[in-house]
Amino acid sequence: MNVSARAVASGGIGLGALAFWVALPPVESSAAVWPALAGGLAVACGVWAARRGERRPAWGAIAAGVLGASLGLLATHAARGNLSAAVVWSALLAAMLVNATPLTYAALGGLYSERSGVVNIGLEGMMLTGAFFGIWGADVTGSWELGLLIAVATGGLLALGYAFFAIHLRTDQIISGTAVNFLALGITGYLFVDVYGTNGTPSLRASQRIPDVTISTSSNFFAQAFGQLNLLVWLSVAILALTYVVVFRTPLGLRIRAVGEHPSAADAVGISVVKTRYAAVTLSGMLAAVGGAYLSIGFVHSFNENMTEGRGFIALAALIFGKWRPAGAFGAALLFGFSSALAQRLGTIPHWSSYAVLFQTLPYVLTLVAVAGVIGRSIPPAAAGRPYAKQ
Amino acid sequence: MSEDEQGGLVSGAPTVAERLALAQRAGGVLGSLLTAAVAFFVGGLVVLASGANPLSTYRAIFDGSGLNWLFPWVTGDDRSFAAANLQQTLLLTTSLLLCGLAVAFAFRSGLFNIGGQGQYLVGSIIALWVGASFETMDGPLHIVLAIAAAALAGALYAGVAGLLKATVGAHEVITTIMLNWVAVWVGSWLFGHGGALQSHANGGSIPVSDPVSPHAHLPVFWGSPVLQGLDVGLFVALAGLLVYAVVLNRTTLGFEVRAVGFNPEAARYAGMSVARTYVITMAIAGTFAGLAGAVDVLGWEFQIGVNDVQTSQIGFIAIAVAVLGRNRALGVLASALLFGALLTGTSTRNLDPTVFRADLAANLTLIIQGLVVLFVGADVLVLWLWNRRRRLRAAVT
Repeated sequence: MNVSARAVASGGIGLGALAFWVALPPVESSAAVWPALAGGLAVACGVWAARRGERRPAWGAIAAGVLGASLGLLATHAARGNLSAAVVWSALLAAMLVNATPLTYAALGGLYSERSGVVNIGLEGMMLTGAFFGIWGADVTGSWELGLLIAVATGGLLALGYAFFAIHLRTDQIISGTAVNFLALGITGYLFVDVYGTNGTPSLRASQRIPDVTISTSSNFFAQAFGQLNLLVWLSVAILALTYVVVFRTPLGLRIRAVGEHPSAADAVGISVVKTRYAAVTLSGMLAAVGGAYLSIGFVHSFNENMTEGRGFIALAALIFGKWRPAGAFGAALLFGFSSALAQRLGTIPHWSSYAVLFQTLPYVLTLVAVAGVIGRSIPPAAAGRPYAKQ
Repeated sequence: MSEDEQGGLVSGAPTVAERLALAQRAGGVLGSLLTAAVAFFVGGLVVLASGANPLSTYRAIFDGSGLNWLFPWVTGDDRSFAAANLQQTLLLTTSLLLCGLAVAFAFRSGLFNIGGQGQYLVGSIIALWVGASFETMDGPLHIVLAIAAAALAGALYAGVAGLLKATVGAHEVITTIMLNWVAVWVGSWLFGHGGALQSHANGGSIPVSDPVSPHAHLPVFWGSPVLQGLDVGLFVALAGLLVYAVVLNRTTLGFEVRAVGFNPEAARYAGMSVARTYVITMAIAGTFAGLAGAVDVLGWEFQIGVNDVQTSQIGFIAIAVAVLGRNRALGVLASALLFGALLTGTSTRNLDPTVFRADLAANLTLIIQGLVVLFVGADVLVLWLWNRRRRLRAAVT
């Protein structure tokens, strides 16, 4: 019985999405009845499933229904011409992936660190470090591969330094992580001004930019959405799959998780808590730095002081919203990426532009809701944030 | 720690590290001074690496902060420049002190309030809204209303994090970070194009608020009111400091806050309500940060733009202030002054560009700030090195 309730709830979530979708191109229903109907059905599915004990997906269906119907209704009310100009689905999907990619790298990095029991507030700083040293490396060496490598190395080095304080000196992880963010902001800002002065970073040659992968340039929907995306976008999906396998299907992953859940038990069976945590934290810095390098040499092709602008914190939010699981974190990164893509799109429509900014709050509000336990509670690894002292 | 204490028992005479640890417990002044010294030393190396003279750079920053006003031999034009600079420093000290108290108060009950920035923003938004409305209201009443509303808003905003901690155990670091960004983006909407509080002057083309009405400005008691002289907000901050010290050390509430900070389980067994203490602690912390927002807006900012909302860092620097001040009243005051001076001294307007570039110096401030927060466990670092040395020596003999 539970299985069918769960299926109904999933169907409800789908209906919620449908409620919004019918109001957008290519369907473009102008009648308000369709989004309202689909949204209402989604809520009904949710309520039905909730009564049969599937609370988590049920709440998801209700939320999707309400959100989908309201967005759909708003869309049918908005001027038709503006909307089809702005909300072109394929472009929106592509923008979602572009926005989600740096978040995915940083969130997966954070996943390794936090699963091993070390909270990593410093993701933002590690990303920023990767962004600066990525472009600096590409500029100095003339190739994006070496730039990316230098970014990964510096991000890993910063994380290693953080690991020394958090693991060896057993300082408060939140305080040291905050320090990492300040330091990264100061160091990258200082070097940026010192090296590039007021002119900013030089324009990159093709060999210094992370290339796009061209699958198709035709004008159909899928080609427009996925035909031309950056190499690192696809790589993030591969690393996502790899992370899932490593963390949940290998002895190494079991060790990482054991160290994060019950370090003394892991220690007792001969797993080195210190080594495992060092490796996990360093890896987290490297992955976050890839996310940063994607921003500077894959996407924007320049660097500015504080260019990550809080993306490391959104990645942290994605990790929490995704309940410290790879697929969950990726899903959250996509959702947050979509909300920024939508905000950017809506910003171009006259009557919507002022409200578009409010979409930026979505990741944070959703995360607050998630930790508050309204839609299924997010519970961190048991030993996250606790330094380990060998008995 | 325990290893070292055992070592001390065996060897008899107190080691350097133990004496340091004792000094820590005696008030932590030594540790803070050491931390600041190390941070400034490393900062000096950074300056040296980029080809400037660290000593003359620090000297220029010191002069830019106006602290040379304290020297009686600085006279004439230099003295009036120094006075103007010192007013700037003290304006920043005011908000850093209040935000620092917001972080420090939460720390005392074991909560890390990383959300000072959000609470500060909410306070300044509400103070601005009240200050720019009610044109006909009586001056002093208007000021009191704006400050009270801002303090209340800060308390409620931080209270959300406290409530989530108390009821569902959501970690306050996560909730306050999220609340920070919600405040940033809501503020960006309010003052942005078409936002609810955007000014209609200039045809609504500038993303900035209406100005606070002149009779709601805080009185300036030192310097020129038109050139951002020092306003009475400083006394609000000092009063806040007094309240902080009295509440923590002389009241039942303060005792409970500290007891929960030392050991929540023990506090619970002693019959205290830990959940209630968390909510009240966060609300009080938010009050301090909200006050900071109010005195900034009513004292010298008078107008907030989207840019101010997005680039303000006061609540984050306040973390360094609280940590360096070891969450003690006088410590927070001293480090608020230090960071206020550092920020003013490295600003484009105040730093002599022939000595060191201000855009570099602003980042130098960030580096020093980061090092301070990192090395606040400097005692831990020293102890670790000490143990290491002894272990090596033991291995050799």
